[in-house]
Amino acid sequence: MRVTFTVNGRPQEADDVWEGESLLYVLRERLGLPGSKNACEQGECGSCTVRLDGVPVCACLVAAGQVEGREVVTVEGLADFAKQRAEHGGCASGACGTADAAAGTPLDEARRWAARGSDSHTGEGTELSPVQQAFIDAGAVQCGFCTPGLLVAADEMLERHPSPTDADIREALSGNLCRCTGYEKIMDAVRLAAARQSEGV
Amino acid sequence: MGTTGLPTNITQGSRTKGGIGESTLRPDGTLKVTGEFAYSSDMWHEDMLWGQILRSTVAHAEIVSIDTAEALATPGVYAVMTYDDLPTDVKHYGLEIRDTPVLAHGKIRHHGEPVAIVAADHPETARRAAAKIKVEYRELPVVTDEASATAPDAVLVHGNRTDHHSGHVPHPNIVHRQPVIRGDVAKARERADVIVEGEYVFGMQDQAFLGPESGLAVPAEDGGVDLYVATQWLHADLGQIAPVLGLPEDKVRMTLAGVGGAFGGREDLSMQIHACLLALRTGKPVKIVFNRFESFFGHVHRHPAKLHYEHGATKDGKLTHLKARIVLDGGAYASSSPAVVGNAASLGAGPYVIEDVDIEALALYTNNPPCGAMRGFGAVQACFAYEAQMDKLAARLGMDPVEFRRINAMSQGAVMPTGQVVDSPAPVAELLRRVKAMPMPPERQWLAAGEAADVRELPGGLSNTTHGEGVVRGVGYAVGIKNVGFSEGFDDYSTARVRMEVVGGEPVATVHTAMAEVGQGGITVHAQIARTELGVTQVTINPANTQVGSAGSTSASRQTYVTGGAVRNACELVREKVLEMGRRAFGTYHPAWATAELLLEGGKVVTDAGEVLADLVDVLGDEAVEIEEQWRHRPTEPFDLRTGQGFGHVQYSFAAHRAVVEVDTELGMVKVVELACAQDVGKALNPLSVLGQIQGGTTQGLGIAVMEEIVVDPKTAKVRNPSFTDYLIPTILDTPTIPVDVLELADDHAPYGLRGVGEAPTLSSTPAVLAAIRAATGLELNRTPVRPEHLTGTA
Repeated sequence: MRVTFTVNGRPQEADDVWEGESLLYVLRERLGLPGSKNACEQGECGSCTVRLDGVPVCACLVAAGQVEGREVVTVEGLADFAKQRAEHGGCASGACGTADAAAGTPLDEARRWAARGSDSHTGEGTELSPVQQAFIDAGAVQCGFCTPGLLVAADEMLERHPSPTDADIREALSGNLCRCTGYEKIMDAVRLAAARQSEGV
Repeated sequence: MGTTGLPTNITQGSRTKGGIGESTLRPDGTLKVTGEFAYSSDMWHEDMLWGQILRSTVAHAEIVSIDTAEALATPGVYAVMTYDDLPTDVKHYGLEIRDTPVLAHGKIRHHGEPVAIVAADHPETARRAAAKIKVEYRELPVVTDEASATAPDAVLVHGNRTDHHSGHVPHPNIVHRQPVIRGDVAKARERADVIVEGEYVFGMQDQAFLGPESGLAVPAEDGGVDLYVATQWLHADLGQIAPVLGLPEDKVRMTLAGVGGAFGGREDLSMQIHACLLALRTGKPVKIVFNRFESFFGHVHRHPAKLHYEHGATKDGKLTHLKARIVLDGGAYASSSPAVVGNAASLGAGPYVIEDVDIEALALYTNNPPCGAMRGFGAVQACFAYEAQMDKLAARLGMDPVEFRRINAMSQGAVMPTGQVVDSPAPVAELLRRVKAMPMPPERQWLAAGEAADVRELPGGLSNTTHGEGVVRGVGYAVGIKNVGFSEGFDDYSTARVRMEVVGGEPVATVHTAMAEVGQGGITVHAQIARTELGVTQVTINPANTQVGSAGSTSASRQTYVTGGAVRNACELVREKVLEMGRRAFGTYHPAWATAELLLEGGKVVTDAGEVLADLVDVLGDEAVEIEEQWRHRPTEPFDLRTGQGFGHVQYSFAAHRAVVEVDTELGMVKVVELACAQDVGKALNPLSVLGQIQGGTTQGLGIAVMEEIVVDPKTAKVRNPSFTDYLIPTILDTPTIPVDVLELADDHAPYGLRGVGEAPTLSSTPAVLAAIRAATGLELNRTPVRPEHLTGTA
């Protein structure tokens, strides 16, 4: 089947999708967006967390056909998404399409995304969302496999809840497993992102 | 369009400039937060196929027949291979003993053993085709524990053993046995005023790294193969893969793809050979990605153990003796069981001074899942037992458990039960003092936010099982000792290639090693070392691959020590060459070139007094200086097979924990409120990364204390819970705050005085939590993990 939906503000079409495929498979294997991760594929680890019409979901549990005509935000689009939210006010619906969105992104171009990089190959200087920058600054990234899902979940929580208590953060992120950090630096990162957000940094 | 997800150079320095001792940020951090960092499961190649492994559904059986016809006839399937299709006479692999079949031949020895492999154009097609392969088994009785493994009529898991341990083990179902005997236990026992015995059980833990086993094998025009894979040691993989494929090692070009955690679980091969076999058979790139279910069968686990401990002490609290027996279940294949046995035996007495010791450690061959390396490696199980013993002894003597440990704590100069003198700082008592001195979390912390109980801070959490009724607090302490580096005479070297040249008008250092960056931050530290030693800010890290010499394994807390040491050594050699070039070009202009101690700092050659002699840009000109060199730490020696005596370990590392728990005594729910740690790290090359290691290791220790266990059916030897639904690892709600006190007492034998960090915190975390639960409940609790039924008496 063909699935047409919006990913990170750009219309996308996936062809030859088998009915059993998940949104996660389509993103990773058909649209060249492997940022959403495949750690358990049964909704336990949160590594594939994306926003579907604004709501955080495990992409592995969403059948590809269910996203027809809907809007998805993945970690690859998180910086743009956060930037537009900051510029245009709250956008919890996820309907944050860009003006030139109709142009779309061909498959080949999307796949080349990974090779884009910046001059230094570290992405230093890349524009990041506050929560992405805070994860780097606080040391919340080790192997990084849980990071994309945690970022999407944490960003969504901070959108709803700009001044969370520690218990709020833990509750909001309890669906995202991390095996490296012991979560302490993740707590630090979310606190840092919240503080910077409230200071308007 | 070729391949996407190939690892690239990473250059850092525009914003991040720090040398050693600074908390510089990860060079791959931005790539990881934007989703651009390519993990092994993200690799993609035009025209690639998907590989699938068919695994056995039984634990012990003869294979009567395998029928692949229907699978092969499935549209979209390109190849199906079994043992009979293996291309050479080398059909086994293994880290220490090559006893593991690439594909089962005639016999199945554990649940989930690979039987056949399939390549197809869609992963679901491959899975469905694999399911169509008909395997007929004739089941055999299973060997599952010491009694069944060593019974007179026990079925041998491996007949006709010829490995180097087979000659000295008391039974063919024992992989390796290592006694450690010192002094005279029988005589020392007479001096004891109290004797305490305990029988302890340690469950099977899974590494549960989040990035699944995966990789991409691309057949090359020269008949070789390019393999991109997540592993802990490229060169050890290569040495096992190439002979099975019948290729010389230089035709199997390996590159480290992005690794989503490891913790020991990637030391053994998983899908490497299978992907290469299918790629070479089909002539197409083949990607294999395990799902989580398969991952539980696709790597070895931490050895479950049964431990019997007897300690004696005098009434003034001095340990008199230790007699211990540690039985580790190695499962169906050897993996690293022999080295785990060596660790359990040599570290089995813990960080205490005990002159009279009789320890026996052994690993069994059984039909349970194979066990091998996991963070802590044999020292974890022993620590759980000896720390429980310390608390029991203190209680019997009416002493404070921390004071009792302090009296017996080893310090620098102590003699291990192996006879090895601990010749660097061993601040065991100081770590306990520090962890005890940390402020305690407030009582009834669930009321901190106001009048009403915040259930998120209570046992049972959001299940809302208590508002504080029946909740009892307990506090427990533990300390442990772990070795750093490969032991027992292993030639534990690493290789680094360092290049220095002018790029874009600026001196740049390039570091190339085969070190597996698995998340620990080794590449961060390599860039820091290059900056410190070479005075540059821009450092390029090349992808790890087999085009450079071996870096050894990312395990045993060894990479900062050994590959860090190799990078420093190569930098020093590069520096000498650069200074020689400077002397040749500019020596006549300033006498200090010949007389002063010269350093590279801030892109310049400076004297130790700080006088600038030349710009590195001018010294280097158009030339590049490059050195590749191996580096070794001091050698160790094997343990004597009868007495366990020997200079077996490179370095020791110590951590202590204090656990504060709250237990809902009615429902058996445990909330760990705080898990404080004090650890000596020698020198923190990157303090932020050090904290990350300590907090991560602590949390894995918490997991095996109260949650994690692979449950194996004792009747069938089949795994009952291979999923994250049934195998629970700590979430952010299960994990408490982890305050850390880092001590830096230099080890003069090690580069920069550093001490390996990664594993020690995984040791003492578990027994500290258990001690706290015992303190809260008064129960004996001789097994870990503790489950609710153990606390409510309904087990």
